[in-house]
Amino acid sequence: MLLQRFLIRLLTMLITLFGVAVVVFVVIRVAPGDPIAMMLPPGATDDDIARLRALYGLDKTIVQQFFIWLSGVVRGDFGTSISLRQDVLGLVFNRLPATLELAIVALIMAVTLGGTTAILGARERGTAVEAGIDIASGAALSIPDFLWGLVLILLFGVLVPIFDISGRVSPQLDLPFVTQFYFFESLMRLRFDLTWDLLKHMLMPAVALALPLAAIISQLLKQSLKEVLDLDYVVLARVKGFSETQVILREALKNASLPTLTLVGVQFTFLIGGTVIVERLFSYEGLGNMAIDAVINRDLPLIQGIVLVFALLFVLINLAVDMMYALLNPRLRHG
Amino acid sequence: MKINRRELLGYSAAALGVAAIGLPKIAKAAAGELTIAYNVNLPSWDPTTGPSAVNPTIQGLYQSVFDQIISQKPDLSFAPGLLTEWGWNDDRTKVTMTVREGVKWHDGSPFTPEDVVWSLQRAGDEKTGNPIQFVWKNVNNFKIDGNKITGDVVQFDPVYFKWMSFLTGYILPKAYYEKVGAEGFEKAPIGTGPYMVEKFERNAFLRLKANPNYWGGKPAFENVTIKFVTDAASRVAEIESGSSQVTLEIPYEEYDRLIAKDGLAGSIKNVSDIGMIFFNNKDAMLDKNVRQAAVMAVDKELLVKRLLRGYGQPIDTLETPEYAAYDPSIKVEHNPEKAKKLLAASGYSTKKPAKFTIQTTKGFKPKDYEMVQAIVGMWRKVGIEAEIEVYEIAKHYELRAAHKLAPAAFYNWGNSIGDPTTSTGFAMFGPSPHSSWKTDDLDAKIGPLWGEKDEAKRIAGWKAVDKYIAEEAYVLPLIQYAQPIVHSKKVNVVQHISGALLPALMTPA
Repeated sequence: MLLQRFLIRLLTMLITLFGVAVVVFVVIRVAPGDPIAMMLPPGATDDDIARLRALYGLDKTIVQQFFIWLSGVVRGDFGTSISLRQDVLGLVFNRLPATLELAIVALIMAVTLGGTTAILGARERGTAVEAGIDIASGAALSIPDFLWGLVLILLFGVLVPIFDISGRVSPQLDLPFVTQFYFFESLMRLRFDLTWDLLKHMLMPAVALALPLAAIISQLLKQSLKEVLDLDYVVLARVKGFSETQVILREALKNASLPTLTLVGVQFTFLIGGTVIVERLFSYEGLGNMAIDAVINRDLPLIQGIVLVFALLFVLINLAVDMMYALLNPRLRHG
Repeated sequence: MKINRRELLGYSAAALGVAAIGLPKIAKAAAGELTIAYNVNLPSWDPTTGPSAVNPTIQGLYQSVFDQIISQKPDLSFAPGLLTEWGWNDDRTKVTMTVREGVKWHDGSPFTPEDVVWSLQRAGDEKTGNPIQFVWKNVNNFKIDGNKITGDVVQFDPVYFKWMSFLTGYILPKAYYEKVGAEGFEKAPIGTGPYMVEKFERNAFLRLKANPNYWGGKPAFENVTIKFVTDAASRVAEIESGSSQVTLEIPYEEYDRLIAKDGLAGSIKNVSDIGMIFFNNKDAMLDKNVRQAAVMAVDKELLVKRLLRGYGQPIDTLETPEYAAYDPSIKVEHNPEKAKKLLAASGYSTKKPAKFTIQTTKGFKPKDYEMVQAIVGMWRKVGIEAEIEVYEIAKHYELRAAHKLAPAAFYNWGNSIGDPTTSTGFAMFGPSPHSSWKTDDLDAKIGPLWGEKDEAKRIAGWKAVDKYIAEEAYVLPLIQYAQPIVHSKKVNVVQHISGALLPALMTPA
């Protein structure tokens, strides 16, 4: 039964990815713009155009191009980037860790900030503290991440320049890393000098990404907590003499966090999508920044590769959320 | 009013900047250290293949590491470099080149005439994917005698040597490239240029180290960090915070604001980039009166003054004052009244206007969309009603190559070798995929100039073509762009008219 569910889930994932691949392939080929026309220098002739088209395989029909590309993807060959002239998969996996690190740090910040303010708001419900939290989360939610980025750049990049405005790490540093997960690797190696440098670059983009998500988490979790706090078993805990904080943390939080967990999963996929603009703003060396370059350069193989990897990430995150949800909710586990 | 994201970012940055009450940290160039916030990424280290080979903005990075075959001074004049002499024989059937001696590659190996020949042959080999192969294939059968190289001309191209200072005109190391291959070269590129690559993180930064053995003299800054900061608002913050000492291509408003600050200075010069409006030989544009009226109605001085804050230069042909075929006597008057009369002669008026579409980018070049809006307003006053269609630059390339542009289309054109073939020539010659206007009369005038062997006659011929184009109003040249550079007062910057930002031309103040 479990195996059957797993296989169905796997099949659904593959169909989703295939659908994404087809849509992306068709859309970017019918969209305006031609990579060969963009690369034509003054004096190029029709022969030169034909030669370049053949070189990049663009002289074939869309259907032929799709199946050539798909057969390559199945074999792990995503093609060669037109603008970077390197293996697409290698490029994507080189950049993905930077984006994942940024998104994970932003998620941790969002959950910590959102969770803390939700608990505080629920504990202090009906008071000025709750009202203050509501106002702050409303403001955080109404300002988009890239605008938070600009505000942070002005505050901590220009006025009080304690963080770095651009890049992922200081160019002057020697980087001993063997993986592309610089931040996590620096922690594992106890190289806190590098960790601090990486944080100086990562904090502003991570906060810009985290603030709107923290606000959503805060609002939803607080609402759930408030509902759970009125239930009988929580009232019983109070009668037993637990403090309000103990009641929330020990009794209410686990049940109240289920809807928030689902939301966090969905929002995490948006968070990864949000890295595209924020990485650009901070010149952060991630997959999102590379995606924009790929679009500007009409680098078809690279766009396809990046979108497919993003789609795979989304599918895997959704799967992980489902599994965690089942883990936390026994009724689903046994259903 | 709709505001797009780019504008919002720009306005926000400007507003936030104005609101800043504290003075920024004064940018300091530490001894021997220079940091530049650059406006583009560097996709590939091969300056002869792929899209980055034909991206003019990237050439400044390439020229820091590689030498071009022939050097070009900041004023666009040519100068001895790795070739100390070059030229044709009398009947233009052979080329001769003299290679500089005593030059070393960054790995210490000697630079040789074999490197020159290999680079030229590779550039002309269609299998390498050089987008300018059509220039380099015009000479082959190279022979080396000491430090002299001769080659046979397959087809005479008067700008063959000029291209040696232009796109893909670089010399790469034969032995090293054959040893490490394309992939190895991407990881560790070497050249003979003023700077050596120390560290490169794609899309993040480039660390350069001064080449102590550079034949042109060691550059002033020992270490140069180039940060790739593609967002203009972020570049403004980089220079304002003192994180970078030099940046470029920021909005003119920001330029004026920043250079007024303590510790910062600016340099702004007209470069080899022009703004123009292509006319397409269809619909209303087939009427000479409409074309002439469309050109005469535009007040270019006003565009520069009001929209570009006085930066830039109005132009009347596709040649700028720095180009070889610039002819200051060719003037197109701004005369709205005459434009009205011309339109009236064709039956048009403000009540019964000539109608067509004008295409433009929005935000690709400074104030592109705003300029087109202003032009449409000027046209409306004389009896032309143009509908604006906004497109992405990729779409423009596609439409132009397919000869499907609207009757009018805004574009910017660069020509850093200053030759009329690469400005008027390719932009206006019908068979070129870059042209929009395609008529036999013009092609008949341009055609013979491609192979003209007498240089004085060739340049005079192009001037005559420019005059004819202006009279017939086959194109609407608008302005020569000015490139803004903001820098710390601790750094002297020499601007290159090609628009290339070269750290080798920077010195501590």
